[in-house]
Amino acid sequence: MPGPTQLFFPLIRNCELSRIYGTACYCHHKHLCCSSPYLPQSRLRYTSHPAYATFCRPKDNWWQYTQGRRYASTPQKFYLTPPQVNSILKANEYSFKVPEFDGKNVSSVLGFDSNQLPANAPIEDRRSAATCLQTRGMLLGVFDGHAGCACSQAVSERLFYYIAVSLLPHETLLEIENAVESGRALLPILQWHKHPNDYFSKEASKLYFNSLRTYWQELIDLNTGESTDIDVKEALINAFKRLDNDISLEAQVGDPNSFLNYLVLRVAFSGATACVAHVDGVDLHVANTGDSRAMLGVQEEDGSWSAVTLSNDHNAQNERELERLKLEHPKNEAKSVVKQDRLLGLLMPFRAFGDVKFKWSIDLQKRVIESGPDQLNDNEYTKFIPPNYYTPPYLTAEPEVTYHRLRPQDKFLVLATDGLWETMHRQDVVRIVGEYLTGMHHQQPIAVGGYKVTLGQMHGLLTERRAKMSSVFEDQNAATHLIRHAVGNNEFGAVDHERLSKMLSLPEELARMYRDDITIIVVQFNSHVVGAYQNQE
Amino acid sequence: MFYWLLSVVRRQRIRRGWQKWSSARSGASVAEAHSVALPTQAQVVICGGGIMGTSVAYHLSKMGWKDIVLLEQGRLAAGSTRFCAGILSTARHLTIEQKMADYSNKLYHQLEQETGIQTGYVRTGSIFLAQTQDRLISLKRINSRLNVIGIPSEIISPKKVAELHPLLNVHDLVGAMHVPEDAMVSSADVALALATAASQNGVQIYDRTSVLHVIVKKGQVTGVETDKGQIQCQYFVNCAGQWAYELGLSNEEPVSIPLHACEHFYLLTRPLETPLQSNTPTIVDTDGRIYIRNWQGGILSGGFEKNPKPIFTEGKNQLEIQNLQEDWDHFEPLLSSLLRRMPQLETLEIMKLVNCPETFTPDMRCIMGESPSVQGYFVLAGMNSAGLSFGGGAGKYLAEWMMHGYPSENVWELDLKRFGALQSSRTFLRHRVMEVMPLLYDLKVPRWDFQTGRQLRTSPLYDRLDAQGARWMEKHGFERPKYFVPPDKDLLALEQSKTFYKPDWFDIVESEVKCCKEAVCVIDMSSFTKFEITSTGDQALEILQYLFSNDLDVPVGHIVHTGMLNEGGGYENDCSIARLSKRSFFMISPTDQQVHCWAWLKKHMPQDSNLLLEDVTWKYTALNLIGPRAVDVLSELSYAPMTPDHFPSLFCKEMSVGYANGIRVMSMTHTGEPGFMLYIPIEYALHVYNEVMSVGQKYGIRNAGYYALRSLRIEKFFAFWGQDLNTLTTPLECGRESWVKLEKGMDFIGRDALLQQKQNGVYKRFTMFILDDHDTDLDLWPWWGEPIYRNGQYVGKTTSSAYSYTLERHVCLGFVHNFSEDTGEEQVVTTDFINRGEYEIDIAGHRFQAKAKLYPVASLVTHKRRKDDVELSDLHGK
Repeated sequence: MPGPTQLFFPLIRNCELSRIYGTACYCHHKHLCCSSPYLPQSRLRYTSHPAYATFCRPKDNWWQYTQGRRYASTPQKFYLTPPQVNSILKANEYSFKVPEFDGKNVSSVLGFDSNQLPANAPIEDRRSAATCLQTRGMLLGVFDGHAGCACSQAVSERLFYYIAVSLLPHETLLEIENAVESGRALLPILQWHKHPNDYFSKEASKLYFNSLRTYWQELIDLNTGESTDIDVKEALINAFKRLDNDISLEAQVGDPNSFLNYLVLRVAFSGATACVAHVDGVDLHVANTGDSRAMLGVQEEDGSWSAVTLSNDHNAQNERELERLKLEHPKNEAKSVVKQDRLLGLLMPFRAFGDVKFKWSIDLQKRVIESGPDQLNDNEYTKFIPPNYYTPPYLTAEPEVTYHRLRPQDKFLVLATDGLWETMHRQDVVRIVGEYLTGMHHQQPIAVGGYKVTLGQMHGLLTERRAKMSSVFEDQNAATHLIRHAVGNNEFGAVDHERLSKMLSLPEELARMYRDDITIIVVQFNSHVVGAYQNQE
Repeated sequence: MFYWLLSVVRRQRIRRGWQKWSSARSGASVAEAHSVALPTQAQVVICGGGIMGTSVAYHLSKMGWKDIVLLEQGRLAAGSTRFCAGILSTARHLTIEQKMADYSNKLYHQLEQETGIQTGYVRTGSIFLAQTQDRLISLKRINSRLNVIGIPSEIISPKKVAELHPLLNVHDLVGAMHVPEDAMVSSADVALALATAASQNGVQIYDRTSVLHVIVKKGQVTGVETDKGQIQCQYFVNCAGQWAYELGLSNEEPVSIPLHACEHFYLLTRPLETPLQSNTPTIVDTDGRIYIRNWQGGILSGGFEKNPKPIFTEGKNQLEIQNLQEDWDHFEPLLSSLLRRMPQLETLEIMKLVNCPETFTPDMRCIMGESPSVQGYFVLAGMNSAGLSFGGGAGKYLAEWMMHGYPSENVWELDLKRFGALQSSRTFLRHRVMEVMPLLYDLKVPRWDFQTGRQLRTSPLYDRLDAQGARWMEKHGFERPKYFVPPDKDLLALEQSKTFYKPDWFDIVESEVKCCKEAVCVIDMSSFTKFEITSTGDQALEILQYLFSNDLDVPVGHIVHTGMLNEGGGYENDCSIARLSKRSFFMISPTDQQVHCWAWLKKHMPQDSNLLLEDVTWKYTALNLIGPRAVDVLSELSYAPMTPDHFPSLFCKEMSVGYANGIRVMSMTHTGEPGFMLYIPIEYALHVYNEVMSVGQKYGIRNAGYYALRSLRIEKFFAFWGQDLNTLTTPLECGRESWVKLEKGMDFIGRDALLQQKQNGVYKRFTMFILDDHDTDLDLWPWWGEPIYRNGQYVGKTTSSAYSYTLERHVCLGFVHNFSEDTGEEQVVTTDFINRGEYEIDIAGHRFQAKAKLYPVASLVTHKRRKDDVELSDLHGK
C-alpha cells in the first residue's frame, strides 16, 4: 500500500514518532494511535492539552487531509531525484572558513559548516555564528524554538551581543558608551557569519539596542575600578540571564508601536532553548539551556572516533534537573512540578528563554494579556494558565556552562538541536562527521606492512573504498552530510536514497510527524594551532 | 630529524656508497672528520648536500676554485636526492632544459670511471606514450628539438612500442617517442660520487651542520652563521632544496626563492617472476599521469596526480614530517592507470609505497642565479621533480655564472630574477604548486595561462575592461588583456581553446588588428616596467651614457630606443628612454624586466653617485593608442595640434588630456604603427580612459589586447626582450646597429665586444620568416622554438611567431647560424648567407617553406606618417 502508512510502521518501530503526531492523535484519533502497541512515550514539548494542540497546530483538519491523500486513486509513487534531494538538503547550508593570513592560520578554529532542515513551517530553529571583534574568540549557537519562532529568532539575534558585551573589559565598554553618547562611530563588536536566509529584525533593532545599552551601562556602573580578568563562564551565565530578563521586561513594559508591542509579547510567550559555544584558543566553553546538545568529536590514536558530550540536557531524563526542580519548589508540589516527564506536565525542556507563562505570576500574566493587543487576547494558548501553578517561576534561562580545554585530538564540535539527537546516536554522529571531515585519509589508512598484497588486490580494495566514500563527496558541508544521514539512514546506517526522497517529499503538514526541525553547526578545530598552544606551556 | 625519519627505506646500495665515500674522503685527507671545527673562512659556502649542492661543488672545484665549503644539515645525499626515482630524461620542453639534461647524462655516464664510485648508471632509453593526437603533436615538437641538438630520438608506432617493452598494453596508443640514450641512475650515488670528486679537488664537506642564516653587509654576502660557528665567505650558494625558501627568508634582508613542496608518491614492487631486464626502457605515460621503470627486476612507478598534496607551507613542520605516510587512497588513480597500462602486473606483490616530497616552482622551471638584492648570494633549487636530470647541467651553469659572471648559455628562463614580489607569498606558492604539479604531465598547448595566483597586480581599468569582455593573461603577476570577446560570441567555447591549430580567437584578434590599421585601438599596457632616473647634478647623463648603448644626449622631449648591454655586448635590458629634462629620464622596459633591470642598474651604478633611481611602475597607467586616427582623438581631447610637425615621432610631451593634467604623451606604440602611448598618473586613469573612449567613438575606437599587439609587432619585425633578445644577443646580431653609439667615441659597457664583432662579423642573425605553403586553417601553428633549416641544414630556432593579418601569412622570428658542415663550428653569418638560402621551418616534424627577410616587409611600412619617421626607418639600420 503506497502512501504514508508505508513510511509509518518502520518509523514507529524505530521509535521516531514525532511530537505533533502524538498531539494530533491524542485529540483526534486517540483510538487509532494509542491502541498501537508500538507507540512510544510521547516526546512532545507540550502535552496534549486540547488548548495547546489548537495553538500549535491551528489546522485541525490535517488528518482528513492525509486520509484524503491516502484514499486518492493515484497509487503513483512520488520520488525526488538525487539533484532534487540535494537542492532541498543544501538550501540552508552555510560554510565559513577562518581566513588564512600568509599561509598561517592562527585561529584554533578552522571554520564551521552549518545547515538546517525544517519540519515545522515556518522552521522554529535558529542558528548563529559570529567572531568577537573586541575580544578574541568565536561564538556559535543553535536555538530551538517552541510555540512559534519569535523567541528563538530574538535570542539568535541578541544573545551573542549580550555575551560579547559581558566579555568586554571596562575600558572598551566606556569607549563604546562614549561613542554612543557623542554620536561617534561605534566599535564593531561582532562579525556575523550568516546564511542569506538568516535574517535580523529591522523593526526591533532600536529597542534591542536600547536594552543592550542599558545592560552595558549597568556593567560600567558596577565596575569597581579593579581590573579583574573577565571570567568567561560568569559572562555567559550573566548574558543568558540578562537577555531573558530583558525579554521579560520588554513584554511587561510594552511598546507604543503596535507592531513592536505584539512582537515583544510573542517573543516572551514563546520559548527557545539555546546551546552556545565560545572558542578562544584552546578554551572552549559551552553554555546550554534546554535540550540541544554540544558534542565533541575526538579522534583516538588508532584513528577511531569517540564522542564527548559537553552539555547536559535539561529535561526529565536528567536526574539532577529533576532534583533541582523539586528543591526549588515546596514539597507538596513534588508530584506536580514534573508530570509525564514534563514541566508542570506541559513543557519538555526544563530550562528555556521566554515562556513567561512558566515564569510570571498569574497576576502579571493576566494583566499583560488584558492590556495587550487583541491578537494576544484572542489566543487560547496565551490565556491558558498551566495547572498546579503555585510558586512561579518554574523555568529559568540560566545556562549550565561546561569548560573544556582543547587537545590536538579534539577535531570538531557538533552543536545541534534535539531534532538530530532524537534520530541519531551521538557516537554515530561523531563517526559520520569525523569520517567526512578527514575524507578517507585518517580512517584506517591502508598499510601494506608485512603482508603479501598484490597490485590487483590493492586496486580492488581501493576501488571499493572509493565507492564507499562517494556519498561523502556529494556534500561540501559536514552539517548537510549529517542531515543526509539523520533523515536517510536505513537500519544498516547507510543513506538510503528512497527513504531520503520519501522523507523530504512529505507535505508540510506531515513532515512534523516524522521529524523535528534539525539545526546543526559543525565547528572544525585546527589541531596544529591547538597543539602549538599546548607546547607553549 | 627529518632525513632520519625519511630514511626508513634505506637502500643497501646507498649505504655502501656512503661508506666508500667516507673512505675516499679520509684517503684524500682533504676534508676533516665532522667533529673537527669548521674553517673560519672560505671563498664559497654551499648549503645543501643533495645532488645540486654536490654538483655545484664539483663543477666549481673542477673549474679551479678550491676554497669551497659544503654544509649539509643531515647526511650527504639524503632528502629528495635519496628518494628520487632515478630516471634521467632529456625529453624536456625548453631547449635549455634539454641541454642541461643532456650534459647530466654525459657527466653521470663517465662518473663511475672518474671517481670509482658505482652510480648504477644504466642506459635504458625511455618511451613517451601518446594516447591522443594532441599528445603526439607535443611529442613531435620535442622530438624535432631534441634531434637538432644532437640527442637521438624518434617517433615510433604503437607496434614498435610493444616490441621495445613486453608488458605494455598498447591498444589505446596513437604513437610514442623513443629516446634511446636516456638512462637510469641512483641519484644518491651520483651525489656521493660528485662529492667525492669535489672533495678530491679540495672542497671541504661537513655534514650535520645547519646554516642558520647568511650574513649580509651593504648588499653583499660576507659570511654564514651555522650551528657550529661562523664562516666568512664571498659567495653563498643556496641548494637547500625544499628548505631553500625558508633559508632565503632567514636572512636579515630576505631573499625570496619561490618554491613549495608537494607530497610525491611512487610504488616499489617485488621482482616479477621473470625479472625485468636491467635495460628495460623507462615508460612515461603522461596521459595516464604515470612513469614506470624497472627496479631490481620489479617495478618502480609513480606519477603526478591531479590533486596534489602541498606540504611544509609553514616551513619545516615536525607534525607533517611524521604524517608523511603511504597514502594508498591518494595513489589509487595512479595505480589504476598503471594496471591499465600493464595489466599483467595484477599479481605482482607490493613492496612499498614511498612518499617523498618534491619541490615545485610557480612556473614549472627550476630556479638558478644570483639574488637581485644580495650580491654573492646564489641559488640552485626548485627542480620540479627533475633534479637528477638537471643536476649536472644546472651545477655547471651555476658554477660558470659564479666564476665568469654569466653562464655559457642563455638561462633567463631559469633566472631567479624572473620572479617578483608576488611570488614570495606562502599562500600564492601553496595554491600555485597545486596547479603546477599536475601540469607536469598535462598537455602543454600554446598560450596557456596559469589559473591560480591571479588578479594580484591589476591596472585601475581592470574592472572596466573585464566588463567589456577582456580575457586575461598574466605576466610577472600583472594582468594584461589578451583580447576582447564581443558580446555576441559564445564565451564558454572560447575559454576551452586548447589546440595546436588555429585558435578560436582568430577572428576576434583579426578585427582588433584591422581596427589598429584603419581606425584606432586602445591597449592597456600598464604592466610595462617604468623607472625614473634623476640626479641633482649632471651626473645622470654621464653615468647613463656608460650604462646604455645608445646616445642619450638628445634634446629634452626626445625618446631613444636603447638597451643595457653586458661586457659581451648582449642585451641585459631593452628599453625606450624619454629625456624629461636635462637631468631626468623616464625608462620603459618589458614587464618581466622589473627585477632584473633594477638589479642590473643598482649593480652598475656608482655607489657614491647622487643618482636617484625610482621604480614608478605602479604610479602610471599606460594606454597605447594605436592607429591612424589616434592623432585625431588626442588632438580633440587636448586642444593641441598633434600633427607630425608639432609632435614628431619618438617625442615625449607632458600635456592635458580631458580634464587631467600632466599626462605623458609619447609618439610611439611599440608596434611600428602610428599612435601614442599615454602615461597617466593612476588617479586619472579612469577619467582619461573614459574620455578617450567617448571621443574616440566617432573614429571607430575599440579595445584591443596583447594578441593584436603581438601580431602587429612581429609582422613589423620588432624584437622583444625575453622572447627574441637575451643576454647573449648583441645589437649587431639583430640589425640594431643604428641604435648603438659605436661611432660617437663614447665608452659604454659592451662597446669593445661590439667593435670586435663589427670587425669580425656576427655569428648569428635575427631573421624574419614568412611561411609560404602554410595553411592557417589546417596546418599546425608555429609557436616558438621550431627548428629552422637552410638548404636542408639546421641553422637555428625560432624565438617567436604570429599570424600577420596584413600579409595573410604566418611570420616567425628567429636566429640563423652558420654551422660549419665539417666541424659544426659557428661561422660568420653574412647578409649574403641569409639571402642565398632556401628555408624551412619544422613544426612538429613537418617542414614548411619560408622566405627569409632581414628587413620588414616594405608594403607594411608605407603607412608611415612622415618620410623621416625615426621609429620605423631606424629599425634595421641603413
